[in-house]
Amino acid sequence: MSFDAFAQQPKLLYLLQGVAAFAAVVSLILLALHRGPVRSRAAALLLLAPALLLLTVGLLLPGLRTLALSFTENGGDSWAGFDNYVWMVTDPRALVALRNTLAWVVLVPSLATSVGLLYAAAVVRSRFRAFALLLVLTPMAISFVGAGVVWKFVYAYRPAEAGQIGLLNQLVVAFGGEPRQWLVDSPWNVLFLVVVMVWTQAGFAAVLLAGAIRAVPGELTEAARLDGASPRQIFWRITMPSIRPTLLVVVLAQAIGTFKAFDIVKTMTGGQFGTGVIAHEMYDQAFRYGETGRGAALAVLLFVLVTPFVAHQVRAQRRAA
Amino acid sequence: MNGVRERLASRAFTSVAVVIAVLWTTPTLGLLLSSFRPEEEIKTTGWWTVFGTPHLTLDNYGEVLTAGGNGSGRLAEHFVNSVVITLPSVLFPLVLAFFAAYALAWIDFRGRDALVVGIFALQVVPLQMALVPLLKLFSQGWLFLPAWNLTGPARFGQIWFAHTVFALPFAVFLLHNFLAGLPRDLIEAARVDGASHGTLLLRIVLPLARPALVSFAVIQFIWVWNDLLVALTLSGGTAETAPMTVRLASLAGTYGNEWQRLTAGAFVAAFVPLLVFVFLRRHFARGLLAGSVKG
Repeated sequence: MSFDAFAQQPKLLYLLQGVAAFAAVVSLILLALHRGPVRSRAAALLLLAPALLLLTVGLLLPGLRTLALSFTENGGDSWAGFDNYVWMVTDPRALVALRNTLAWVVLVPSLATSVGLLYAAAVVRSRFRAFALLLVLTPMAISFVGAGVVWKFVYAYRPAEAGQIGLLNQLVVAFGGEPRQWLVDSPWNVLFLVVVMVWTQAGFAAVLLAGAIRAVPGELTEAARLDGASPRQIFWRITMPSIRPTLLVVVLAQAIGTFKAFDIVKTMTGGQFGTGVIAHEMYDQAFRYGETGRGAALAVLLFVLVTPFVAHQVRAQRRAA
Repeated sequence: MNGVRERLASRAFTSVAVVIAVLWTTPTLGLLLSSFRPEEEIKTTGWWTVFGTPHLTLDNYGEVLTAGGNGSGRLAEHFVNSVVITLPSVLFPLVLAFFAAYALAWIDFRGRDALVVGIFALQVVPLQMALVPLLKLFSQGWLFLPAWNLTGPARFGQIWFAHTVFALPFAVFLLHNFLAGLPRDLIEAARVDGASHGTLLLRIVLPLARPALVSFAVIQFIWVWNDLLVALTLSGGTAETAPMTVRLASLAGTYGNEWQRLTAGAFVAAFVPLLVFVFLRRHFARGLLAGSVKG
């Protein structure tokens, strides 16, 4: 036994201190709101100040700083012009990461949303709806890291003589095939990582789409049924148009999440065998190889790629609200 | 005729759902069963053989949680870290975003609309983009900001900071959308009665906003508990401050074939979020639905 509960005390103490300090700040703000005159501008300033301060120090300025860093040599001291961006579009390894990111961002949202939609439509009128949705949502609770472990196990490889412990190779062997190292052969290994991301994301899509399908007025589908429409017609002519806003939000959210996902690659292959993606490559360059400039350039690229998706989503969400 | 076709269609639908459910649960089930098998058997035979020769043990969990060796997960310590990281990282942005969302939704002041758009727009900045400068800020200081140079448990402080900041734009967005939709008469009436903003905020808006607040708390909890990137870059990676995700990822990399640790470790790490999902799934869905579905 090496776990010493007593040794954990400083951490818990620090937690208490942190929460107490925060509570003190919040109380001060509330007190000032109560005592002070009801002058609106002062109240707004008081309430907004903490969030604005944090956003400026923690997000806005660092973002700008990364932009600046992307034009400098590794340590951030000497000017490098567009070197880092040139590296990004010429270096074979960086190009592989770009190619893979493209594959991820096309495949993950489309597959995860299709599976989620199919599943949602199938279980939405079932008595076991809540349980059924929980089943596909579970991978999301397991975390990307946990999902990486789950699927590494599914893909586990043993030489043909030995007994297989990975489910996929066992199936291959059962059908008379040779066991394969799924995560090693580029470029197909990228697809095996995409499967993992789809697996974690389909439940999210299913839950949102099930909610949307349930919100479609029952009179509408009932009337169509009485008019003799087939289930397929009802689905394509009535359900689909009604849930389109949600569908859009789901696809956009999946795309945004896919751009930034880094954990699956980190856990399953560490970016080896040509499986890197931009988010993971950025981490490797900036934090493992000390190439801050290159990492920053990749982060800027990520920002540029995500922007239209986020903008679209904010608009879609506000329009629907 | 129509009835038969309908029944066939619905049966096809049901079987598709069953296939998906099986595909989605089998990998997890395999890992879960394996985590209860003795090390020797995990490494030599497939988990499906457990149905023939059921040897089950809790050894893997004991080892991954508390055993001393280097290869052990020592996950009990990391579990404490995950808790210490997650609680403030949910509480802080929740309160601050609620304040900001209230001000943006219900106080009139010049430049308000620009501020709303500006904060929403910050959702665009991927956290990857802020990490390098944040690390520099913490270690060396920057411009007028002094270095933090945190050591020991104080490192938790910088993780709280990062998670709070990264959550704020989305939290403000979510809560603002919700608060702006509250009935205007209610708030106007209270204001006419002479209620201060403090009273309005605590007595009227807070109870009404509870569904949105709970939703955000659930989403943020899952997000922070499962986060790897922020933890990896800011926690220092030691048993003193790193959360379970970091330890599990490093086990997967360094001890990639030690399945007895990985299988048990994955479930120790997933235990709390799974509980949250089972009990609060509805809130999770409601928060995500806010603004995307009417009603």
